[in-house]
Amino acid sequence: MDSAQRVHYNYQREPNAGPKQASTFPEEFMTINRIRRGLLQGGAAATTLGALGFPSISRGQTDAIRLGHLTPRTGFLGPLGEYAVMGVNLAVDEINAAGGVMGRKIELIAEDSVNPQTASTKAQRLIERDKVVAIIGEISSASGLAIAQVAQRNKTIFFNTGCNSDELRGKSCNRYMFHTEAANSMYVNAAGRALLRDGMVKGKKWYSLTADYAFGHDLLRVAKRFMQANGGEFAADELVPTDATDFSAYLLKIRNAKPDLVVSNLAGAQITNFMKQYVEYGLPFPVAGFGFDTAVAWGAGKGNVLGIWPLVWDSQVKTPASQRFTEAFVKKNGKPPENQAWGDYLSTKHLAQAMNEIKSTDSTKVVEHLEKGAKFDLLKTREGYYRNWDHQLMMEMYTLTFKPADQVKTQWDLFTLSAPVPGANESLESIAPTREENNCTMPT
Amino acid sequence: MLVQILEQVLNGLLVGAYYLLIALGLSLIFALGGLVNLAHGAFYALGAYIAVSLADRLGFGGVLLASPALVALIGLVIERFLFRRFYRSDPALGLLLTFGLAMVAEQTLRLVFGAAPLPFSIPSALKGQVLVGDFIYSRYRLLMLAIAAAAVAALWWLLQRTSFGRVVRAGVQNPEMTAALGISLEPYMAAVVAISVGLAALAGVLLAPITGVHPAMGADILTASFVVVVIGGLGSFWGVVCAALIVGVVRGLTVYFYPAAAEASMYLLMVLVLLVRPRGLFGERILRFE
Repeated sequence: MDSAQRVHYNYQREPNAGPKQASTFPEEFMTINRIRRGLLQGGAAATTLGALGFPSISRGQTDAIRLGHLTPRTGFLGPLGEYAVMGVNLAVDEINAAGGVMGRKIELIAEDSVNPQTASTKAQRLIERDKVVAIIGEISSASGLAIAQVAQRNKTIFFNTGCNSDELRGKSCNRYMFHTEAANSMYVNAAGRALLRDGMVKGKKWYSLTADYAFGHDLLRVAKRFMQANGGEFAADELVPTDATDFSAYLLKIRNAKPDLVVSNLAGAQITNFMKQYVEYGLPFPVAGFGFDTAVAWGAGKGNVLGIWPLVWDSQVKTPASQRFTEAFVKKNGKPPENQAWGDYLSTKHLAQAMNEIKSTDSTKVVEHLEKGAKFDLLKTREGYYRNWDHQLMMEMYTLTFKPADQVKTQWDLFTLSAPVPGANESLESIAPTREENNCTMPT
Repeated sequence: MLVQILEQVLNGLLVGAYYLLIALGLSLIFALGGLVNLAHGAFYALGAYIAVSLADRLGFGGVLLASPALVALIGLVIERFLFRRFYRSDPALGLLLTFGLAMVAEQTLRLVFGAAPLPFSIPSALKGQVLVGDFIYSRYRLLMLAIAAAAVAALWWLLQRTSFGRVVRAGVQNPEMTAALGISLEPYMAAVVAISVGLAALAGVLLAPITGVHPAMGADILTASFVVVVIGGLGSFWGVVCAALIVGVVRGLTVYFYPAAAEASMYLLMVLVLLVRPRGLFGERILRFE
């Protein structure tokens, strides 16, 4: 799942502007302007609070294979990043317990990616100084793009575990980036099929709210294409700033517009706040969304989220591998895995499996192996593969429907999961973006 | 359309109450102690987390009282051992101290409760909507407005109608003269900090059922509250109240006409106010800051 990068203002004091005490005057003579400047600087400093994180580095033996992990650990995306870290740690534990990669242990170097600039710097450092064989992670599409560029320059493989934007698979694709996270198109097509089934598209008026940044814009474009292709129309589509916490003004507008369906292209905490307040105002219109993470619903609580949403994986998937993963995760972390944990766990497993299969840690050889269509277990019914022309993992998706509050048994059990989409007799590619929709030309 | 705009204006007044409880405390601590409290948002977050932790045992009504009281106690301790050393020092040191405190608080919440948001719902007795003609109000928000209004009224009474308030106001205007009259401001400052952070915690409890409870929630609301204080004018009680309501209304109207700029509207408003009236709308002339 994807979300905003906050803008971090680096507060640098001008030489004479600081609240340095004037030596000849007692402080009573400080000007009100100086004081106000202090206040304004205070506000700017406050916005950087979320920017500082603490790297956790676990170093082991020197002959180990080093793996870099970058994901936002603080700020807007911190909640998802926390699950990503739990996922990658569990995967490394399991790989090492099973003999490592070609007999060598994996050593994980995990850091907070913070924002695109920091992500880029840290990716470069992981490759140059720490000599990692691959980088795994990221949730923000903007930071994901920054890491992908470093990865390509250094011919080091990068597994994107949480950025959804189609653009990363299309216009910005590159040979060293692989996408375990589903693309926006796959999310839209999965939820869209449920909407078509329920007659919520043809001739219906949608009111959509979209997170106002790269991910949201990308999602809106894809959602609009789907809606228009299937005969729906917008009552309105509105952009919502990523730092919005109060939705009452939007809810009043929605109420007056009387749409047939309210569509969320929101991200992260926006979804939690929007859904809590939608339920608070008791609006009667059905709700659906095209971007979703389970942590968002867990954070809203029972009875506070409604409607139909797409999901890439959930612990309710009843395959044996999925249940083994869930049990191991609960044992280690004391709570069930979120879909972001699945992404980072799975990518790490795929990388180790590929390296063991070709008996090499060389990124270019791993890329060639994956491009030949190597098959992987996804903790789902069907195996998947990374599509050779855009490096998107081809896989089943799910949709979920929220239960009424009185049917909820635990705080983790808020929704029911659909059968896999696409169905067993369809190609996995049927929900993925086509070449016409999202063409990728790998730079040489 | 006119009806819808009126609806947004009324709703905006309600939204303004969000920032009010936090901005008033910020303004008070700054006016009396000269301390820009960047940790104010942390007390707001702490209030929400305490509410979530104790709600099962005490109920919503219980945490509405217990959480601000507990946070006020914590505020007293922090005032005694940390804030007190910085009232008379270079404002940059106070900024550093409270900035550091805010970081420590956020990371502590993250370590103890995890980074994921915690669920917290509106108590079932307060769920539902009130329809007035064509307008819709959330019952919970009406209660929230009533509590916020009561807290603001109580604070106003305390500052304007009691001997405690007279000393505080004198201290804001002229600490030297107050000291020369034989009044020590130290206990008053401690009380002001306790009240201010208590109000922030109250805001945390009230907003927890509407917005997400997560470690960074304090940093999120702090910036907006600063803007309200700057627009309203330093040291002005009613300035802060008016600014909060104006910010709410302007935001509501922006959502109506141009939603993408909703959060930017308050910053534009601040720029406008500072250009026209650098002291803020109702900023008093405080001698020692001139």
